[in-house]
Amino acid sequence: MSDLPAPSPPVTLETKPYWDAAAQGRLVLPRCEACETVIWYPRSFCPACGSTAVSWIDAAGTGSVYSHTVVRKGQGAYREAGPYVVAYVELDEGPRVMTNVVGCDPDNVEIGMRVEVVFDPTDKGTALPRFRPAAAG
Amino acid sequence: MSLRGRAFIAGAFEHPRREIPDRTIPQIHAEVAVGALADAGLSLTDVDGYFCAGDAPGLGGMSMAEYLGLRVRHIDSTETGGSSYVVHVGHAAAAIAAGKCSVALITLAGNPRSGGFEGGGRAFASAPEGGFETVWGPTIVANYALAARRHMHEFGTTSAQLAEIKVAAASHAQHNPNAFLRDPVTIEEVLESPMIADPLHRLDCCVITDGGGALVVVSPEVARDLDRTCVKVLGAGEAVKHTDNGRIDLTHTGAVWSGPIAFEEAGVTPGDVDYVSIYDSFTITVLETIEDLGFCDKGKGGTFVADGGLQSPHGRLPFNTDGGGLCNNHPANRGGMTKVIEAVRQLRGEAHPAVQVPDCQVALAHGTGGSLATRMGSATVILGTEDA
Repeated sequence: MSDLPAPSPPVTLETKPYWDAAAQGRLVLPRCEACETVIWYPRSFCPACGSTAVSWIDAAGTGSVYSHTVVRKGQGAYREAGPYVVAYVELDEGPRVMTNVVGCDPDNVEIGMRVEVVFDPTDKGTALPRFRPAAAG
Repeated sequence: MSLRGRAFIAGAFEHPRREIPDRTIPQIHAEVAVGALADAGLSLTDVDGYFCAGDAPGLGGMSMAEYLGLRVRHIDSTETGGSSYVVHVGHAAAAIAAGKCSVALITLAGNPRSGGFEGGGRAFASAPEGGFETVWGPTIVANYALAARRHMHEFGTTSAQLAEIKVAAASHAQHNPNAFLRDPVTIEEVLESPMIADPLHRLDCCVITDGGGALVVVSPEVARDLDRTCVKVLGAGEAVKHTDNGRIDLTHTGAVWSGPIAFEEAGVTPGDVDYVSIYDSFTITVLETIEDLGFCDKGKGGTFVADGGLQSPHGRLPFNTDGGGLCNNHPANRGGMTKVIEAVRQLRGEAHPAVQVPDCQVALAHGTGGSLATRMGSATVILGTEDA
């Protein structure tokens, strides 16, 4: 867990399984049953082949930082958050996902840094997957 | 069918003000519409095609056609953010070539400076990707900073090189009496300005201004009968770059696709271009776009822009001689319109004498709408003098 704000995401028919899993502390990803492409962002449609046969797989919850920035002053829910990291993390399953890197000094995040998922509960019953530096080994 | 020579820009008008608290947005659309038509020597009754984008209030093109009293037989409200108006030039030329209209009016207006910054929240609320981006607090600057950081990592680009882009824009803006920011700046001043989202500083960011602009695109037959110097549309290309199913590459823009289409249609190469208007929401936007359009190799943009490379008239590639979005104007948070307008000024020989490119024959205007780190509309138009 981090002390960043955790605004609740809009949940739709297409994304409910993702957010339900997050509420249970699991990171899941949609995968196309026809061409086996791992899909991002979550949707009930495979943009690689057009199939609507999409199922969910458990992700390892690990990846590496593809790019990052320190937002010095946020807006909306993040207005009073202080400096925080917005990053793209490349998951080990392939997709590059936008997220926050938490659990370290924002100025110490580096491209290529190994990270692992953590979950911050929202006040609406789900949780936001964020990433922290991976434990050594 | 090539569009080369099938349409001409006959009128261009940029609203002179940068803060307009005393006008409604439709009023500003009307002011720039009349301004561009007067520039061409035409009137509202001549217009038979109308183009506008997401800044047009109400039902967009329908509401504005009614407000302006237009009777049109062609309408196009393609919305690709700040690149929309560059897209519209290509679409207007295509419509004219197809005989769908002969006098096309394109307008833009907005007041984010006096009326409150519009971040596009209304549209994003129902966007399918919304829940997977906004919850992490990415500001607009952050959505460009992510690209800048990755470009630096892969190619060794530096903050000082990005600062050169702002320095060049400011050196041009000092000659523009209407520019929002007119003071020259140094590389050191850019680097010492407050960090907004690493590695982008305050002076890596464009201005927020009220204002607007309009263009009139006409058929060759209409152009022939006008007294005004017209600018020939040589080629146009457009593209949408998005997150590509989670495989986004932050080191390039959609210009890698829109540029070659425009160059092929125009029958010219980057080496033939005398002047460029490059969308400059942020310094990194310019750097990646210049590489993607083929003015230098991928990753070499930092070296290309260094040592005054973008300064007019003596740099390698004179750019944004009005001061661009970084210094002059970014009306409605949408900079595509002013990019085309300054390219028209250069080809007419009507830029400020201190920044006019001598014997400017071929110009390129490029728009980027959306953000480098997620999805963007990219539009490239290549323009030439009347007899180019």
